[in-house]
Amino acid sequence: MIIFNEVSKRYPAGYEALKNVSFHLKPGEMAFLTGHSGAGKSTLLRLIALIERNSNGQIVVNGQHLGRLPTYRIPYLRRRIGMTFQDHRLLVDRTIFDNVALPLVVAGYRPQEIRRRVRAALDKVGLLTKEKNYPITLSGGQQQRVGIARAVVHKPAILLADEPTGNLDPSLAKETMQLFAQFNQVGVTVLIASHALSLIKTLGYRTLMLQHGHLVGDTRISRPLR
Amino acid sequence: MKRPLTPPPNTPPRRKTPPPKLGNVWLSHQMSVFLASLGHLLRSPLASLMTTSVIGIALALPTGLYLLLENVRNLSYEWDSSVQISLFLKQEVDEAKAHILADQLLQRPEISNVQIITPVQALQEYRNLSGFGEALTALETNPLPFVLIVQLATNDTQAGSRLLEQLGKMPEVEVAQFDMLWLKRLFTMIEIIRRGVLILATLLSLAVLLVIGNTIRLAIYNRREEIEIYKLFGATNAFIRSPFLYLGFWYGLSGGAIAWGIVDLSFWLLQTPIKQLTALYHSQFQLVTLDLISTPILLLTSALLGITGAWLAVGRHLKEIQPS
Repeated sequence: MIIFNEVSKRYPAGYEALKNVSFHLKPGEMAFLTGHSGAGKSTLLRLIALIERNSNGQIVVNGQHLGRLPTYRIPYLRRRIGMTFQDHRLLVDRTIFDNVALPLVVAGYRPQEIRRRVRAALDKVGLLTKEKNYPITLSGGQQQRVGIARAVVHKPAILLADEPTGNLDPSLAKETMQLFAQFNQVGVTVLIASHALSLIKTLGYRTLMLQHGHLVGDTRISRPLR
Repeated sequence: MKRPLTPPPNTPPRRKTPPPKLGNVWLSHQMSVFLASLGHLLRSPLASLMTTSVIGIALALPTGLYLLLENVRNLSYEWDSSVQISLFLKQEVDEAKAHILADQLLQRPEISNVQIITPVQALQEYRNLSGFGEALTALETNPLPFVLIVQLATNDTQAGSRLLEQLGKMPEVEVAQFDMLWLKRLFTMIEIIRRGVLILATLLSLAVLLVIGNTIRLAIYNRREEIEIYKLFGATNAFIRSPFLYLGFWYGLSGGAIAWGIVDLSFWLLQTPIKQLTALYHSQFQLVTLDLISTPILLLTSALLGITGAWLAVGRHLKEIQPS
């Protein structure tokens, strides 16, 4: 589902965020991407969603060679990907419902279908009662869950999460990770960037370790904790 | 009423998503975006009013000048169709002789009508219209001669000039002159002014484009965050572009409406003095204002200017905004 082959990312200033990174994430797989801040976790996620283009190597996402993907096709690639962000990136002047509906509106779904799917997604993250609220009235953990609902509402093949437990307390962090695991169980390929190493260890999923742009570890644990 | 709760999305999400893009879905989305952009305009009424007023004033200027010009042209056409010659008779010519001369002139085929203005009539008219009524009472005798207004049967200016020359040589005639010679000069001047107005209209339309473009640019930057998020979830450029194009449309249209208001008000204020002025010339002059044809043209033009200005701004600035 996601293939990295000798991928490097160099910024114009000369800084190299990723150096010869190779890995293969199979369809339906769930993995963590870990490392210190500045190790290149976010950059790697951004390359997958084509927010940035890699300098060297090949990336294949959902069967598409990103290097050969013309700019005008990028929106259609992103519609098969769901993303959550550390700072949530919710629209503060829209209700929770409208925020979650965004990927469906963009893709041109019918209003009835949008209503059905948004409610289902909000129900899944336990925020169905908040659909008419505005993001500002929600706690950080709830906002993160709104972000997750938005990331899965259009049933993407791939779910990318950047520090989803960034400022959540341990029990909430664990709940959030379990939510991702549930989506993985229904077939979504999940890649989560996180530096919460101790939490990741207890969950027992494949973990890619980045250090100064190098992929220094790829541990696969045989029995994922459910 | 309780809404039926739908079950959580348990179906495997990797199944092919149905292509939901259908014409009426697209249309209803566009419709809602169209109205939402009007709402966006109305949410900050003061700022919107200032922008649309600038647009309105910029459009009102060429529109008003154009109408003024149309009116002058109408006026001159009306006068131009009736070329007449004024014959100022010599002081010693009395009423009887003036009548005989008028009858003689009427025999000529190139003259359709002759009107006699007696010194008394002329003085009266002059007193009424010139504003020098008081000064004229100081005169002991009437200094004005008999005047014959000779209406030509032809519009041919060469024939008219020949006739003018002949009439000028008649012994009873002191001076013979075309009444409307200045009108011919005016007519050529109007053509020059018309081009000036055209240039002015072009420049001001350009200014409107820039004003709308700049307003849309600000709107784009204010919604930068939103645009980035939309792009992150797969919005195409066309999707992001449309609300700003509609916003440009609304700015243009409301600017046009304000221009219409300004022009209409101005002409309403001018109406009374213009009526007085045209009455001086015994004219059947009808003031040309914004009517059922020119009003839609004005509104359509301004709306198009709005869309064009928005298009220019959006094309330039939307590419710059990429999610980070």
